[in-house]
Amino acid sequence: MRADLEIIQQWVQPGDHVLDLGCGDGTLLDFLQKERNATGFGLEINPDHITTCMGKGVRVIEQNLDTQGLDNFDNGMFDIVLMTQALQAVRRPDKVIDEMLRVGREGIVTFPNFAHWRLRWGLTLSGRMPESDALPYKWYNTPNIRLCTFKDFEALCRQKGIRIKSRRVVDGQHQNSWLARAWPNLMGEIAIYRITRETTS
Amino acid sequence: MPDALPSDSVGLVSPKTIRFDAPLELACGQTLAHYELVVETYGTLNADASNAVLICHALSGHHHAAGFHSLDDRKPGWWDSCIGPGKPIDTNRFYVVSLNNLGGCHGSTGPNSLNPDTGKPYGPDFPVVTVADWVASQARLADHLGIEQWAAVVGGSLGGMQALQWSLDFPDRLRHAVVIASTPRLTAQNIAFNEVARQAITSDPEFHEGRYYDENLVPRRGLMLARMVGHITYLSDASMGEKFGRELREEAYKFGFDAEFQVESYLRYQGERFSEVFDANTYLLMTRALDYFDPAYEFGGDLSKALAPATCEYLVLSFSTDWRFSPARSEEMVNAMISARKRVNYAEIDAPWGHDAFLIPTPRYTDIFTAYMDRVAREAGA
Repeated sequence: MRADLEIIQQWVQPGDHVLDLGCGDGTLLDFLQKERNATGFGLEINPDHITTCMGKGVRVIEQNLDTQGLDNFDNGMFDIVLMTQALQAVRRPDKVIDEMLRVGREGIVTFPNFAHWRLRWGLTLSGRMPESDALPYKWYNTPNIRLCTFKDFEALCRQKGIRIKSRRVVDGQHQNSWLARAWPNLMGEIAIYRITRETTS
Repeated sequence: MPDALPSDSVGLVSPKTIRFDAPLELACGQTLAHYELVVETYGTLNADASNAVLICHALSGHHHAAGFHSLDDRKPGWWDSCIGPGKPIDTNRFYVVSLNNLGGCHGSTGPNSLNPDTGKPYGPDFPVVTVADWVASQARLADHLGIEQWAAVVGGSLGGMQALQWSLDFPDRLRHAVVIASTPRLTAQNIAFNEVARQAITSDPEFHEGRYYDENLVPRRGLMLARMVGHITYLSDASMGEKFGRELREEAYKFGFDAEFQVESYLRYQGERFSEVFDANTYLLMTRALDYFDPAYEFGGDLSKALAPATCEYLVLSFSTDWRFSPARSEEMVNAMISARKRVNYAEIDAPWGHDAFLIPTPRYTDIFTAYMDRVAREAGA
């Protein structure tokens, strides 16, 4: 099992109402529906992904976060709002995070760390925009337009008064490693954050 | 005429008429003492009757949704692109039921049927029926066919309204509602177009207050105009532009008012053909059913409250260039479903054909429809 699915699953309570922003082919929601009896649905814009979700029985709504936002969702209507590997691809990640925590009690966010040593090393040595397993694009065709580091994300949370309930750092294959635990912002490739505006856990 | 029946066709089919003798109370307060529905079925009902799919037709539709009545038929049923072996509504897996609604003019009891009280056609005395009335009559049809619960109720446009109404009136009797190119209520503009169509019919001198059957007349002109204006709303500016542009039938302007542009002669042809096969009173009735449809009305306009009883899962599909029932109308419906915590799926299909797109198999439409119905079939053990 992918380590990120395993980690996220632990943070979802049985029967939770879940919204997955940029749900892709529905792997995560399918997993949560089966393992956690989660209800809810995903938002997606990729036509093939939408079709795949519908065939799987993962509920999906075609909705573009950049142009439509989450205006059509009521405050606090979800237990958990998920966003895996999509934060760096939206136009205003700060607003998306605000919206996640308006419509959901808790948010789970994963994104690639732009301060990973290999990216730092690549930029330093070659002087060119880095590429990696987690970021396999050229600078001109990348959908990842808002790259940040773990430290950047945590600074944004502090500034917004958002509480980080948990953070887990994994490598590009979503595996745990002691190096990533020891020096997350240098050795971690992908972080999984659990965030909330609620003051009590 | 097809030389041979295509392998993905349900083949030769024949309709049958089912008579219902239990009185049906209608929304208008009147009661139909008995009535008949004309029905076609495709595929085989499985042992536990879990694989039945109901097809609800739109304004000018009828029971003949798929296959051919004879080898001489020029065209198959109106939704043959989506119903058949290997098609989105796969007749190898589903038992498909398609009917002509009450008030229709293709064999089910309607304005052109004989009124048992007078021995003459009902004409304007046929009660104005609503989407909810249709759904009630379809539920009796389900009883008759031994179908306790539909695997899915499916419809486009006015048919989608029936699928939605099913989910509210008989929540336990369907597992999925597929609502395509539809709307939770007509806008003022939609009603306005319907009114122009009705005025065209009722102002035709041959209409005779709806008793034209007694005079052996048909208000052809009115029906033709009604269809012409309706037809414009089914297409998009772009698709009309692509099909006709400003093309003339002859080389130069003739400085007169005959059909000089191709689009004019196309509309006239469509209107004329329609006036030969459709009943004027039925057209009035169907447009009124459209106007009146508004399940949120009793709930102060709050559709999410109206949706409270629903338990089925929804698939809502819209088409990018549909301006009759635009994607925004579908999104209104989807948002109310989300708010009411219903299970819902939604996609807006990019297609150039306006409202008519729901009848035209484009790759993405077919893919989504197939994927979803495949899942419905798996759940039904079909």
